[in-house]
This record gives sequence, structure tokens and C-alpha cells, in this order.
Amino acid sequence: MSMMEWIVIIGGISSIAWINWYFFLARQPVSNAGIDGEGVQEVAIVVEGGYHPAVVSVKRDRPVRLVFDRRERSGCSEEIVFPDFGVRKFLPAFRKTTLELTPAQTGNFEFTCGMSMLRGRLIVQD
Amino acid sequence: MPTTTPLVLIEKRNRTDTDETGTNAATTREKVTIPVKGMTCAACQARVQRALQAKPGVLDASVNLMLKSAVVTYDPTATSPMVLVEAIRETGYGAELAAQDQTAFDEQEAQDRAQEEEYRELRRKALLSGSFGLVAMALSMPLMGAAEAEIHGPVADPFMRWVMESMTPAIRAVAPWLYTFTPWVLSYTLLALTLLVMGWAGRHFYVRAWSAFRHHSADMNTLIAVGTGAAFLYSVLATVAPEFFLSRGVLPDLYYEAVIMIIALILTGNALEARAKRQTSAALRRLVELQPNTARVVRAGAEVDIPVNEVQGEEIVIVRPGERIPVDGAIISGTSAVDESMVTGESLPVEKQPGDRLIGGTINRTGTFRYRATTLGSDSVLAHIVKLMREAQGSRAPIQRLADQASGIFVPIVLSLAIATFVIWFVTADQAPAMRAFAAAVAVLIIACPCAMGLAVPTAVMVATGKGAEGGILIKGGEALQRAGQINTVVLDKTGTITEGRPTVTDVVPVLGTEWSEKDLVRLVASIEASSEHPLAEAIVRYANEQSLPLATADSFQSVTGRGATGVIDGAALAVGNEALMADYAVDLIATKEEAERLAGEGKTPMYIAINGKLAGLIAVADPIKSTSREAIQKLNRMGLTVVMLTGDHQRTAEAIARQVGIDRVVAGVLPDGKVAEVRRRQQAGEVVAMVGDGINDAPALAQADVGFAIGTGTDIALEASDVTLMRNDLHGVVSAILLARRTMRTMKQNLFWAFVYNVVGIPVAAGILYPAFGILLSPILASAAMAFSSVSVVTNSLRLRHARVA
Repeated sequence: MSMMEWIVIIGGISSIAWINWYFFLARQPVSNAGIDGEGVQEVAIVVEGGYHPAVVSVKRDRPVRLVFDRRERSGCSEEIVFPDFGVRKFLPAFRKTTLELTPAQTGNFEFTCGMSMLRGRLIVQD
Repeated sequence: MPTTTPLVLIEKRNRTDTDETGTNAATTREKVTIPVKGMTCAACQARVQRALQAKPGVLDASVNLMLKSAVVTYDPTATSPMVLVEAIRETGYGAELAAQDQTAFDEQEAQDRAQEEEYRELRRKALLSGSFGLVAMALSMPLMGAAEAEIHGPVADPFMRWVMESMTPAIRAVAPWLYTFTPWVLSYTLLALTLLVMGWAGRHFYVRAWSAFRHHSADMNTLIAVGTGAAFLYSVLATVAPEFFLSRGVLPDLYYEAVIMIIALILTGNALEARAKRQTSAALRRLVELQPNTARVVRAGAEVDIPVNEVQGEEIVIVRPGERIPVDGAIISGTSAVDESMVTGESLPVEKQPGDRLIGGTINRTGTFRYRATTLGSDSVLAHIVKLMREAQGSRAPIQRLADQASGIFVPIVLSLAIATFVIWFVTADQAPAMRAFAAAVAVLIIACPCAMGLAVPTAVMVATGKGAEGGILIKGGEALQRAGQINTVVLDKTGTITEGRPTVTDVVPVLGTEWSEKDLVRLVASIEASSEHPLAEAIVRYANEQSLPLATADSFQSVTGRGATGVIDGAALAVGNEALMADYAVDLIATKEEAERLAGEGKTPMYIAINGKLAGLIAVADPIKSTSREAIQKLNRMGLTVVMLTGDHQRTAEAIARQVGIDRVVAGVLPDGKVAEVRRRQQAGEVVAMVGDGINDAPALAQADVGFAIGTGTDIALEASDVTLMRNDLHGVVSAILLARRTMRTMKQNLFWAFVYNVVGIPVAAGILYPAFGILLSPILASAAMAFSSVSVVTNSLRLRHARVA
């Protein structure tokens, strides 16, 4: 095997390793919800090619207000779905849409776009 | 008839402007105020204003630096506030539309508009980039021909080679001058064309892919961006520095036409998909459109037409024949036949009299009437249905979990596979390894389609719930739909479900030789029962009223629980009730024994009448069976379902009813708790149980069942209590709902199967697995066509549900 082939093999293997580390193992930053005067936990989530922040940590049994700020017109992100809460909402483009829910259980709850391609996670803790 | 949101309505009324000549120039124009962030100087202001004015459809734009806002007058048929906001943001300043409270109607309308816009934009981009793609293909022909002759052997991309071989003679004949350009000119022209298409039509793929990447996620855009981006960079290097490749034994192939064609084909697929997705919610859109724009109300004694959202509660509304009923209410005067088919699925017009309730959005057919508005806006029946349907269409079916799990890990795996493909080809190919490796890796990235998996289940849920709603069947969501497809036992409550739920007097039989006539008996019994609250008593009193019999006041009335009632009427001591009551008074029943048994055998409830201690006759009351029950139950039986009837009635009456409708499993004498226990018992035996009942009394049993069907009475929709609400008051809805659910399950499985198989087969073929044995290699262009087709085919398959026969 030529030098070039060795370079390609080693480069390929390291790229595959890096991709899998980056998308599956690297930690996503967790954003903690702030609490307003009325005891509501509020988080602003920017919707643009994904959810930013994508991982949100909240406390159990306290109302959570998620403010989705959709900054694009792509049809992919036009809906937000919380399957475990039975919530689906249309997010108008370039508007803030508020969604309120009160998690009664601890755990990890996924939220996705209408086609479940964009993903985020709500971590509910005691 | 399009509906109008309050905001737009005000503006629309101002639309018919009077121009300088005094004639009405019916231009369509709307005005919107958009707050703009980040402007600090007059130059900023001018920049934003120029950007807005340059947008097609903008009639006037004025940006105010002090107020930090832009007021734009625009043609709503050519542009929209969202496009304007985007234009401002492209200048680098922040802008967003004001948040507003949205009803289900507004939300649906906004979503429809957004989807329509997206479709139009995608179509425009697809068409233009497709045309550029054809130009690029033509430009590539002489280039490939030259490369083949001078630099290396046959072109690596089999599709392009085929195109070249078949098209070259034609191009040489039509445009011989193309072959006079030097390769340098051709390749730089192609480079410019590709940059244009990538930067304009395909821009969103790269922006979204980057945005997703920054947050450790990857989606379809990632695959397209990496695939086309790599092909583009390779081509640019080959154009700018071909020696770099040649000196390393690699051939400087160009992929510009492939990049453009891939973008064009994917955009075409996206446009078709957007159009098909719009159709999946067509049923919901039709429901929204039922609401008329205006209502005719009585104000200060005069009839005035006002926008429907200005109708107040308790206001008097007038409706003429052929008009739509604007809001919910109850008739005060006048009668008519109302077509409620669009809401309840009931095909025959419903007769309406004073006191009857009306549903906003239904059509008045025959008479003129006045009615009092009751529930308005978001509380109306139609708004409830639209809200419920929106939630239902968005819910998930459990079967989707598999697709969710797969699509979550899909893209990084495909990226890894593409790299592996490159490495293997590079190391093993004898001829032009780098080029082959490169083409195969790009094909893998482009052919992979996570979208088909994502669309497989939701589109089927959307179409099915929409179709159900059109037939007056409101299905709560994907999970209910999936479970309804698995039902094998249907438990029917008797009263109000199989029967009308309104007992009526069927027979009055005086004892042979008695001095009392039929009318006497009815009058006397009704006089006693007028003091009772028993449902059977109500039937007798109603019967007497219908015959205009004058009722007397009962003295010493007594209700004997579980037996009947006694009292004194006009000096006669009366006892009306069952055998036990008669035994208390030692009344001899022998004269009517046979008759009573016959009546009970027919499912009627006979009551003995004793006057002054002697049997005078019988009065029988029955709850008539709905005319549709028998046929519907026969269908359920034919569908292989076990049908069970539950009732609080005595065994004998219950069996008689069951026989008449064709049910052979009867559980009689059950109390409301007993219904829950019966459902649970069957579930424990492994049956998937549907419970059909009236939503209020049967709520616990409906909740216990795997699928609860609430049978409505047209307007009282117990939406929360059940999984499926039938707007029409008959059992055919149960048949339709189960058939629809079974059909939907089949569609979901087909979609998922297709989506998985497509990727499982497509990716290895793109990687070149067939090459060693058959010499088959997939062109990246063909891969993009396959990908576009795969998601469109899934949506199209779901749309076939619209035409499913579920009656």
C-alpha cells in the first residue's frame, strides 16, 4: 500500500471516530431555567436550524414557561412537539411563542420538531 | 370562503382605496408595523428602508429611526410580513413580529399561509436551479469530452457518461459554438453558476447544517451540505490548481453540474413534499373555512351585518335559507332544516325548532329563523373541534418510536459510512481511485433520506384524523388511532348508544271487562307519575301530554323505590309498578300474565296498573332502538369483532334488545362501577376493548377501555372523556372509526417499511456494493433523484388514505 493510501485510511478512521464522538458523546451544554417573580421557571429557546439551548434543566412540580423564538422560515422547525406532555404547537416564523407546562415527574423528556429531526431535551429534577 | 382573523379583518376593510380620480381602485394592500432592532444612525435607517423597498410586493416602506420600526404597505398576494422580517434581518438588523394571542383558527391559518409560502418559494427555487442545472450539463459536455480525450479514460460518473454519449451529437448539432470555448472558460463559467445556485437556492441547506452542527446535531441538511460542499470544493481545487491533482496521480474531475442538479432535485422533492404536506391538513383547513366572515344581528331594532368576531353573547342573530350559521346558539323563533354534515357527518338535514341548538358553520337550508348566540370564539363547537384536531394531528403514534430512534442516530452513521466508502474505494479501486471514491461517498451522503422515516407516521396520522373529522369522527391522536386499529372487542352501552335513550310508551292494555278505557288509564297513571322523577314516569307524562289528556293532582303520592308509585286520583286508589308492588297489595295478576310476558319478551318494560286493589291493565314503556343500530352491529360482527352489550336492565329485557340488534353477548343488571369492572375483566383476558357510551355517565368505563368512544348528541361533545368522539348519534361512526384506524395502521407500516428499506438498500448501492459483481455504480445525481422521490412517495402513500372507504 502506498503512503497516500495509508494517509487516507488513518484519516478516514479518525474522522469516523471524531464524528461519533462529536454527535453522540460530546456533552451538550445544559441551560438552567431562571425563576421569575411568580415562581415560574422561564427559558428562552432560539429555534434556528435546531434548538438553542437544546438541553434545558427545570425543577419538578413548578410551572415552566418555554419561550420559543423562531428565527427562520424553514418548514422543518414550524412545529414543536413534546410527546410526553401531549403538546404540539405551531411556531410562527420570527415570533416568540410561549408554551407552558408543569412537569409532575422527574426524568428526561425529549422535544422535537414536527418531523422529529430537530431535537432537544427537558431535564426535570427534584 | 376564507375566514379572517380579527387583525387582518380590520385591515381588509380599509383595502378598497379611493384613488385620485375618485373611482374605486380595488388594490389589495395591507400594512404592517415591524419593530427593528440595532439601528443607530440614518445610514442604518436608509439601508433597512432600501432593503424593504427592493422586495417584490412592497408598495411603500418607511423606516423610523426614533420609533425603531418599519411601517410597510405591501401586496399580500406577493409577499408577507415574514418575508419582510427576513429581508430586514438579512441587512444585519434584528426584527421580529409582535407576539399575539392565537386561537386555534388563527394558528391554523398562520400555518397554512406559512406552508403555502414555503411551497411557492421552494417551487421557484427548484425551477430556476433546475434550469441552471440543464445549462450546466450542456456546458459540461464539451469539458468532459475534452478531458476524456486528453487527460484520462472514460468519465467516472456512469450517469454523466451516459448523458454525454447520448447528448453530445445533439448538442454539437444545435450549439456547435459551445465546443469553441476553451476548457478554462467553461470551467470558470460553471464555477460561477454553481456558486450562484449554492448561495441563493441552496443557501438554507448550508445555514441550517452549520447551525445544527454547532449544537451537536445533524439532519438532512447536514448530508446535503456535506455532500454538495465536498463536491464543490473538490471541483474548485481541480479548476484552480489542476496540477496539484495531476502531480499526485489524481484526475482533476469537475462536479459542478452534479452539485447544481443535486440541489435542484432535492428542492424539487422538497417542493412536492411541501405541497403534499399541505394536503394532509386539507380537511382541517376546510373545517376552519366553515366559519363565515359576517353575521346579521339585531341591534337597536335594526338588522345589521357585522364581522362574526364582533357578535356578542346573548345577541339575536338572523339567518336566512342558504346562509351559513355564523355562531353557536339556540333558536328563539322560526323553524328550519339545517345541514350539519360538515360537522357531524349526518348526511340528512336536521329539523330545528325553537329551543334547539345550532352549531356555527353549519348551513341553514329551508327556513328563516332568529336565534340567540351562545358560545363564541374559542369556546365554540367548531373552534373546539379545530383545536382538538390540531392537537390530534400533532400527536405521536407509539409505532413511530422506532423511526424516532433510528432518525436520531441516522445522520452521523451515514456520515461515517460515507467516509468508510471513500476509504475502501480509494484503497481498492484499480482505475481512478480518488474519483470513484469521491463519487461513491457523495452518492451515499445524498441518497440517505432520514426525512422519509420522519414523515412515515405523522403524515398518516394527519390524513386519518382529518378524514375522520370530515365524517364527524374526532380521533384524539396517533395513539388512539393506533389502538383503535387493534381493537378486537366492542362493548356497547345500551341506553343512548344502541337505543335512543328516550323511553316512550309503546302499549296500553286494559284488562278484559274493566270499566277503564285506554285513555282513562293513561290519564290516571300520568297524573300519579307527574310527581315522580323516574325516567319511565317522564315517558308516560309526555305520552299523556301528546294526547292532550288533562292531568289531575295526586293525593298522598308515594314513590316505592324499585317497585313503582302509589297515590289517590279523583278518589281512586292507584298503584303502578312491577310484580313486587302488586304483591304488596295482593293484586291478582293472572289476567295479564301472558300479555306482560309477551311485552317483556319484546324488550319492553311492562308496568301493572291496579285501581282500588284490582288489576285494571298494563302500560308498557320501551326505549326504542335507533334505526341504524342493527346494521352497524352487523358490520361490527362481520369485521370479526366480539360485540358485547352492557346494561342496567333486567336480563330478559336486555336479551330481547340484544336479539333484535344481533348481539349474542349480554351483560345485564350492571351498575356504572360494574361497567368498569366488565371492561377490565375483558382486558385482563387479553382483549383489546373499545367501550362505546355517552361520555358523561359512562366516562369511567370509557377511560378504562383501550379506546373510549363517546357518542355525541351533535353539540355536546365530551371531548376530554374519550379517545374518539362521534359527533353523529349512531353506531356507524364506530364502524367507520375502526375501519379507518385499521387502514391507517396499514399505511403507517407500509410507509415505515418503505422508508427503512429504501435506506437499507439505497445506501449500500450508492456505496458501490453492486460494483464488484455487476459493475453498477450510482451517480450522485441519480442518488439525489431517488432521495427526492422517497420522501414524496411516503407522503403520497399517506394521502391515499383520503380516499379510503370506511363506511
